[in-house]
Amino acid sequence: MSLFADAFAWLFDAANWAGPNGIPIRTLEHLLYTLVTLVAAGVVGVTLGLYIGHTGKLRGAAVIVTGSLRALPTLGLLFLFALWLGIGLTPVIIVLAILAVPPLLAGTYSGIEAIERSTVDAARAMGMTEWQILAKVEIPLAMPLIVSGLRSAALQVIATATIAAYLPLGGLGRFVFDNLSLRRWDAVIGGAIVVTVLALIVDGLFALLERSVVSRGVRAARSRDGSAAQPARKSVAADAA
Amino acid sequence: MSWVFANVEQIWELTLTHIGLSIPPIVLGFLLSVPLGWVAHRYAVSRSILLTVSGLLYTIPSLSLFLVLPAILGTTQLDPVNVIVAMTIYAIALMVRSAADGFGSVEPSVRQSATAIGYSEWGRFWAVELPLAGPVLVAGMRVVSASTVSLISVGSLIGVSSLGYLFIDGLNRQFTVEILTGIVATIIIAVIFDLALVGLGRLLMPWTRSSAKAQRRRAAARVEVAA
Repeated sequence: MSLFADAFAWLFDAANWAGPNGIPIRTLEHLLYTLVTLVAAGVVGVTLGLYIGHTGKLRGAAVIVTGSLRALPTLGLLFLFALWLGIGLTPVIIVLAILAVPPLLAGTYSGIEAIERSTVDAARAMGMTEWQILAKVEIPLAMPLIVSGLRSAALQVIATATIAAYLPLGGLGRFVFDNLSLRRWDAVIGGAIVVTVLALIVDGLFALLERSVVSRGVRAARSRDGSAAQPARKSVAADAA
Repeated sequence: MSWVFANVEQIWELTLTHIGLSIPPIVLGFLLSVPLGWVAHRYAVSRSILLTVSGLLYTIPSLSLFLVLPAILGTTQLDPVNVIVAMTIYAIALMVRSAADGFGSVEPSVRQSATAIGYSEWGRFWAVELPLAGPVLVAGMRVVSASTVSLISVGSLIGVSSLGYLFIDGLNRQFTVEILTGIVATIIIAVIFDLALVGLGRLLMPWTRSSAKAQRRRAAARVEVAA
């Protein structure tokens, strides 16, 4: 247990909170990598997911791709791209985005699939164009699941961005890899604790966001029924994890 | 390719180590998750507690877990036990939800019928609920197996050898073939494990086999009708 005491002593040492190698700067770097990745992966994953969900095309292919991507060893992929593209931020962002696309894709298309067909048919019968159906019916109703996909993606990226420090890049993984060979366990474990806390905070924020993006109409209906089920929630959790 | 042939022995040894590290977490994860999942399914209070805790456990980045576990378990930093325990924690975190969903997928009327014809709760679990939850459990285990096999390699960063060694050595030597070999070998293990799980599921649940065939027949019939 003294390892933990040392780690906490390291965490609360003011010297580790200042300068370019301080905890705040490293955390910001980590968050910046995560944000850039999520934007890139979001453009690809959500767009494709909307297309698949709306048209029902390519669904089989999407399931296979998301499934097989899970078996790809992240570490190998990261190092492979680093050798191909040279050490830098680009290969890291590409690999992190490859990891983040499947949960976003799965969240988006299953979010749209979970919508009652009759709701979409009614929108069409009222004379909405396909774009209006997508923008005014499908996206708002699918939003909680899209955000839930974003949440899994963000967690995966935060965890994997730690490994990127091995390459070597910035981010919170620096504390781990700078001190691992020196056997300075207080800093190694302290760094590991900071990443964990960051992941837990981001997870909590997304959990709140997931609740707040429930469409107004759905929320009204739910509070009337008491407990309306969220049918697709679990399938996405399994998909996205 | 010549590198692969020249180093077949080392690759094979790393592959075996990788498999040796992967199997215990997958098996332990299943054995521990099924009872936990059943408890989560059975009571609303335990459901919210177990699912929240497993969600939080899954949030912990793998590298952090590998590093923090020795401080908790009292093992040395290089002990493979750290990796096995960490992967078991992830397996449980993923699998408890699947198991709870699996038991939830059993029709209440089926459960009631089983009780009505005289099954005790214990007997009903083994003879009715577990077999019917089977397909969802297999689906969950396939996710667990794939993510375990791919995450084990991260352990090499802290010195626990596996196919991940090829990634690190390949990076240090700027040698793409070595990294590719590691990736391909990892994928092959993942595919074999996946096929084994599917096969095991069909073997233990012959009724899903026939229904899959029937579904295919029905689908084929639909296609013909549409054509």
